[in-house]
Amino acid sequence: MKFTQKVLQLVLLEGKLEWKNKQSVTALFIYSFSSIFVTYLAFQQTIDLTTWNSLFWIILLFASTNAIAKSFLQDSKGLQLFYYSMFSPKQLILAKTLYNQILLIGLSLINFLIFQLVFPIAIYQIGQYLLSLILGAIGLSTVLTLVAGIVSKANNNAALLAILGFPLLFPLLSIIIQCSMNAINGFDWMVNQQLFIVLISLNLITILLSYLLFPYLWRD
Amino acid sequence: MDSFYKNKIARAWWWKIIAIFCLVYTCYYGFIGKVPAMVVLHETIRNLYFHVTMWMAMMLMMLINAIYSIKYLSSLNKYDDLVAEESGKMAMVFSAAGLITGMVWANYTWGAPWTNDPQLNGTAATILMYAAYFILRNAIPDENKKAKIASVYAIFAFVMMFVFIMVIPKMYNSLHPGKGGNPGFNKYDLDSNMRMVFYPAVIGWCLLGTWLMSLNVRIRRIEEITEEN
Repeated sequence: MKFTQKVLQLVLLEGKLEWKNKQSVTALFIYSFSSIFVTYLAFQQTIDLTTWNSLFWIILLFASTNAIAKSFLQDSKGLQLFYYSMFSPKQLILAKTLYNQILLIGLSLINFLIFQLVFPIAIYQIGQYLLSLILGAIGLSTVLTLVAGIVSKANNNAALLAILGFPLLFPLLSIIIQCSMNAINGFDWMVNQQLFIVLISLNLITILLSYLLFPYLWRD
Repeated sequence: MDSFYKNKIARAWWWKIIAIFCLVYTCYYGFIGKVPAMVVLHETIRNLYFHVTMWMAMMLMMLINAIYSIKYLSSLNKYDDLVAEESGKMAMVFSAAGLITGMVWANYTWGAPWTNDPQLNGTAATILMYAAYFILRNAIPDENKKAKIASVYAIFAFVMMFVFIMVIPKMYNSLHPGKGGNPGFNKYDLDSNMRMVFYPAVIGWCLLGTWLMSLNVRIRRIEEITEEN
């Protein structure tokens, strides 16, 4: 398939560009480490499970907003022109979304390990927790990638990403926090099943919507 | 060229008469009509005509906003975008009105104006979404670009809002009737006397919202024409 080949090519290109300029991805990890450390100093290791979970997701929300803010804003005019001439908008949004999903899954897993290191807690259903982590990272990156595309066409104001993106993320975050809390408390798979189904369908809807809507943004 | 303005129904007078009639009827029978004696609700059940109907009108305005945003993307007709913008504004007005009437009601029946209820959180999120929509509109100076980008955001926001208001509250416990094990109004609260007022109230408020929206659209058109000359 030519379409998938081009998308994968674009994902690789994004990765190579990121690798060439390691500064931005390092800055991203430093950002989330220092926010975790600030919470560690503020809470002094006395933290209950609900606070643990909420803090984790809030830190991840801000880190991912920062991570994805650069996905369109960082591209130079020349690079945008190159994308415009070489790839169709549908290939571009799929590739950007896929790349950001990989980036955010990595970021959330590393965040999780560090959070466990400074605030060690026992998670009874670790499999369910990791699943909700991955689905949450996919959802966050999909919504924020489209919003970053919108923002890149509107004055490139980074604060606009948070204003436009957060209200769209409320439904996702409320399900995710519920889901991961259930996993921490060790509820059975049956309890969380419905939430996971809603989560997966929400992710599918957002991917489909950004696939359909992005071409209208890109055509100038 | 201008689908909404040329639309005969938008300029017809008969549905505006129906709107006025329904609202006068609602206000009259809403305050003096017979209501069933309920345990916690007492006379506050009359708020049904003014609170629930606000949501219906808000939903209608959001639906118009989403439909005209889709229409704009397929036609690129700037008047479609005008309708989308003005219906978005009316949706904000109705959501604020619905929130205030709901908070007054909640204060007397649930004991606090704001509770951690999925429906309330959904509403707050919706208001933020539409506020963000207008911030986005004001951030882009170019007219065509603004319309295109705002339409994309509006469609995305409508779907997310729909999930948050319609799907998620079904999964959690809510203090609202008909959810989380609470009996719905239509089970026994809403007797036939109340139905006689409730349905005209829904029609009346929805028509009033459409009327105000179409007036705003026409004012904007007149402004554009006078600026051109």
